[in-house]
Amino acid sequence: MNLPPEEKRPSPEAMLKVAQAEERDGERGRLKIFLGYAAGVGKTYTMLEAARQLKAEGGEVVAAYVESHGRPETDALLEGLEVLPKASYLYQGVALPELDLDATLTRKPQLALVDELAHTNAPGCRHEKRWQDIEELLGAGIDVFTTVNVQHFESASDIVAQITGIPVRETVPDSLLDLASEIMLVDIPPEALLLRLRQGKVYVPEQASQAAKQFFRPGNLIALRELALRRTAARVDDEMRTYMETRAIVGPWPVTERLLVCASGSPFSEKLIRTTRRLADELKAQWFTVYIETPRLAKEQQENRQRVWHDLRLAESLGAEVATITASSVPQAIIEYAIRHNVTRIVVGKPTKSRWRELLRPPIVDQIIRLSGAIHVHVVSFKQEPARQKIPVLQPPRIGPWSEYLIGLGLVAATTALSFLVAPHVSSINLVMIYLLAVVLAAVRFGLKPAILTSTFGVLAFDFFFVSPRWSLTVTNPEYIFTFFGLFTVGVVISTLVANAKVRAEALRERELQTESLYYLSRDLAVAIDMDSVLAVVRKNIGESLHARLAVLIPDPEDERMHIAAISDDLTLDDKELAVADWAFRNRRAAGNGTETLGSAQLLYLPLLTTTQTFGVLGVVLEGVADYFSPPHRRLLDAFVAQISLAMERVHLGRQAEQAQVLEARETLERALLNSISHDLRTPLVTIIGALSSLREERLHLPERKKQELLNGAWDEAERLNRFVGNLLDMTRLEAGELRINPEPCDVQDLIGSALTVLDQKLAGRDVSVQLAEGLPLVSMDMVLMTQVLINLLDNGLKYSPVDSPLEIIANIDADALVVEVLDRGPGVPENDLQQVFEKFYRLPVPEGVSGTGLGLSICKGIIEAHRGTIRAENRAGGGLRVVCRLPLHP
Amino acid sequence: MNEPSKEGQLPRILVVDDEPAIQRFLQTALADNEFTLVQAGNGHGALAAAVTTKPDVILLDLGLPDLDGVEVIKRIRQWSQVPIIVLSVRDREADKVRALDSGADDYLTKPFGVSELLARIRVMLRRSLQQAPEPVIRIDELEVDLARRLVRLRGEAVALTPTEYELLRLLVTNAGKVLTHRQILKQIWGAGYLEQPHVLRVNISNLRHKIETDASRPRYILTESGVGYRCKSES
Repeated sequence: MNLPPEEKRPSPEAMLKVAQAEERDGERGRLKIFLGYAAGVGKTYTMLEAARQLKAEGGEVVAAYVESHGRPETDALLEGLEVLPKASYLYQGVALPELDLDATLTRKPQLALVDELAHTNAPGCRHEKRWQDIEELLGAGIDVFTTVNVQHFESASDIVAQITGIPVRETVPDSLLDLASEIMLVDIPPEALLLRLRQGKVYVPEQASQAAKQFFRPGNLIALRELALRRTAARVDDEMRTYMETRAIVGPWPVTERLLVCASGSPFSEKLIRTTRRLADELKAQWFTVYIETPRLAKEQQENRQRVWHDLRLAESLGAEVATITASSVPQAIIEYAIRHNVTRIVVGKPTKSRWRELLRPPIVDQIIRLSGAIHVHVVSFKQEPARQKIPVLQPPRIGPWSEYLIGLGLVAATTALSFLVAPHVSSINLVMIYLLAVVLAAVRFGLKPAILTSTFGVLAFDFFFVSPRWSLTVTNPEYIFTFFGLFTVGVVISTLVANAKVRAEALRERELQTESLYYLSRDLAVAIDMDSVLAVVRKNIGESLHARLAVLIPDPEDERMHIAAISDDLTLDDKELAVADWAFRNRRAAGNGTETLGSAQLLYLPLLTTTQTFGVLGVVLEGVADYFSPPHRRLLDAFVAQISLAMERVHLGRQAEQAQVLEARETLERALLNSISHDLRTPLVTIIGALSSLREERLHLPERKKQELLNGAWDEAERLNRFVGNLLDMTRLEAGELRINPEPCDVQDLIGSALTVLDQKLAGRDVSVQLAEGLPLVSMDMVLMTQVLINLLDNGLKYSPVDSPLEIIANIDADALVVEVLDRGPGVPENDLQQVFEKFYRLPVPEGVSGTGLGLSICKGIIEAHRGTIRAENRAGGGLRVVCRLPLHP
Repeated sequence: MNEPSKEGQLPRILVVDDEPAIQRFLQTALADNEFTLVQAGNGHGALAAAVTTKPDVILLDLGLPDLDGVEVIKRIRQWSQVPIIVLSVRDREADKVRALDSGADDYLTKPFGVSELLARIRVMLRRSLQQAPEPVIRIDELEVDLARRLVRLRGEAVALTPTEYELLRLLVTNAGKVLTHRQILKQIWGAGYLEQPHVLRVNISNLRHKIETDASRPRYILTESGVGYRCKSES
């Protein structure tokens, strides 16, 4: 086993740590903990003093929850500070005062004072513990001062319990201590504290006075004080090291140690884990906690599993890296893991089983020691502890012992019968084989107990029926003792092996199913292209693999409240559930059933988030009550959630990319448009300005005729400019989607007449014929816009057809549409371009010299499509273009 | 062409427009034809000028900076029946209709030519001078005898239903002036028919078929898209 080389911690890591801490501090509030070693040292008092100081310097301070316990000196300090009223929660008929979290969040002061970090909230509060409330305040950017005694920290609680003999009920995770930006030790000599106690200045609740007497013994106080002092010193040490690291000061760093402890489900695991944490702290080492699941353990009762899960969570909260491994031999697996992770020390508990049992089965500790090679093994001992709180036990159903007896008897009976048949032809040794077969059969098919019973009964039967003297249980030939023994042993061994193999296969199968489901999920998610398909995949996969009902909640972009995007059929969520989902989303943490926050909810809510963004919340209803706590289920859910979040991020980014593309395309088009427009606007102006300037020049002495020509030219161009501007405006409105139609029942003849009137001058001299079907009804359309369409179409016809060619307008009813056609005898349009003519700025290459903007037909198309109609162009037989507009009669 | 006003002076036209360029153009166009021009640049100025100078015709731009053009019309109509021609841009048909329904007499769409403007002004002036409508109105080949309720086209009598006659009469007595759909509906059919424009369309169509040579290219009854109808003026 190789020890890692003595390494200097790389400063980039340290820098990152510091940078992250700074960044965190920028957004998060800063936590200052006033740490004491016992009640009455003066933490609240000191906190209030510091707060007043801050207020005097101009800070905004609010006492969110300060417990003065009626002490006049403390009350005096509260004077002048803004005090938030406490929230009241009713519990078993008693109104309990608690921190009003929402009021504090709304008030959002610079600094909030919250007493008693380790307090457990009354049921009905958002969080189980006050430290979680404080975390939420910090997350909202509010600084917090708080008080706590050293015994309330997880890693110290068992030591303190040992010192004082009183178990510590309310605990706080150690990570909070690490998170605090400042720790102020409030310290007075124990004698002074005892004096205060005698003077009645220390708050002691009535019920606890007996315990208090025991607690406030000088020996206890001294030990506790030392603990508090050491804790603070350790933190200072930490800060110093970070300081040195960020400045790359090379110091005598200790060897990088790594510790491993095994959670076994025994009541002592918890103590082991805490001890390992303390050891890791002292050694500044990384530490691991591993749970080895053997087939034997897997069969054990639920109580064990609950405890294991609890221990693993505890280890995680204390800062360990946690793993669960399935293996057949515990010591083997531990050593393998240790080697793989370069563990330097393993922490085990002293064996407690009695001697004689040790003979049968060497304790795990011994095995570990033997296999440990170069790894140190620490053996920790503890004395018996009073039973801790009970974890709910779920009993699996068991088949009654009667059926096992019956099976055993039945098999033996069958075998005996068979043996009778074959006995005359076969020697007794082979008869034993038949019984053996029966035992094997029992082991393979029915399990351990039936196999054992079968072998017992088999031995007896064999003895009774086939071993001389027959028909009795006595044995003349002592050799048969070996036979009996052998039969029995074989039976037990085989059945044990088979049972183990079965259980292991089952565990592996379960693991395989989980991996498979994860595979299917990622595979399906990979092809999901939009949010809807992602949601469909989620519903299908999670519902099937976890046998769960689920709901996916996504925030509404407008009002930012959660709404249900997908939900299993028989599931409904009420407002309370939605509120829990909302909390999970906002705080980017799991909440609901099976967590410490809002644990009374029906569903477990997991936020779907990546580093960039939170997309929503997944709520699940699992099959079994215990499933919410079971590590494999939670692991699988976490893996699922990660996949789903990634898929959502992908969809989101894809959409953004699409939008960016569209934007880019639009900008390109706009640029082209701008160029074209500026040209088309300027050209008529040239003529107009030219003509007018010529007319202004007195000295040119133009003849009347010439003047008239100039004026006419300018007039024509001005009209053209006017039309173009009109077209542009129409186009702009169409593009912006602002074209609103005012449909009214219109007379088609009226419509045509209006268009012809407008073009009266230009139509002069040209042959225009109008063919209207008989009895055309009034058609609902926007008169003004449709007139424009006709004008544009006629104008086109005028422009592109020779002066002497006829123009035709035809209107009739076909099916349930009004059909209006405009026909000319011009050159028509090349076949390929018949669709394109309706695009913006499309101009025919031929004929030359014809001016046009290219917008006319696209405007027609826009208007007609706004009427839900269609427009198309065709070449006529005999030459010319035919434009057909269809308008639905009943839109 | 001199159109003497009440005191024997030149007819006075109040031009209300906030664009100086347009004011200049109108000055050139109208002063040449010997009208007197009074100019106002905004709604309040217009109201003041209307009171103090008592114009014969008002040209009112609808896009004024301070007051809504319609508001100006309403206020003037509270104490005067002076003809008001509104100037508005294309595609603001709804504004024109509102203005006409609030009391304006006619409209012009910018940009407009001088001849059109003059024609409208003349129609307005003629109306304001007339005390009583003439008994017989002749427009081109159409003759409408109001006293005897007879209509003749090229000398031949035309048979009209009572409604069609009323419609024609309304248009013809307002020849040259635009009438909105609502105005016509209200006048002829009553307020209950205001939301039934198809009634009007059908009647106009029938009327056209009877008096127009080519109903697709009407000469007498002209459609003002989105606004209403106008009968061609007599001169």
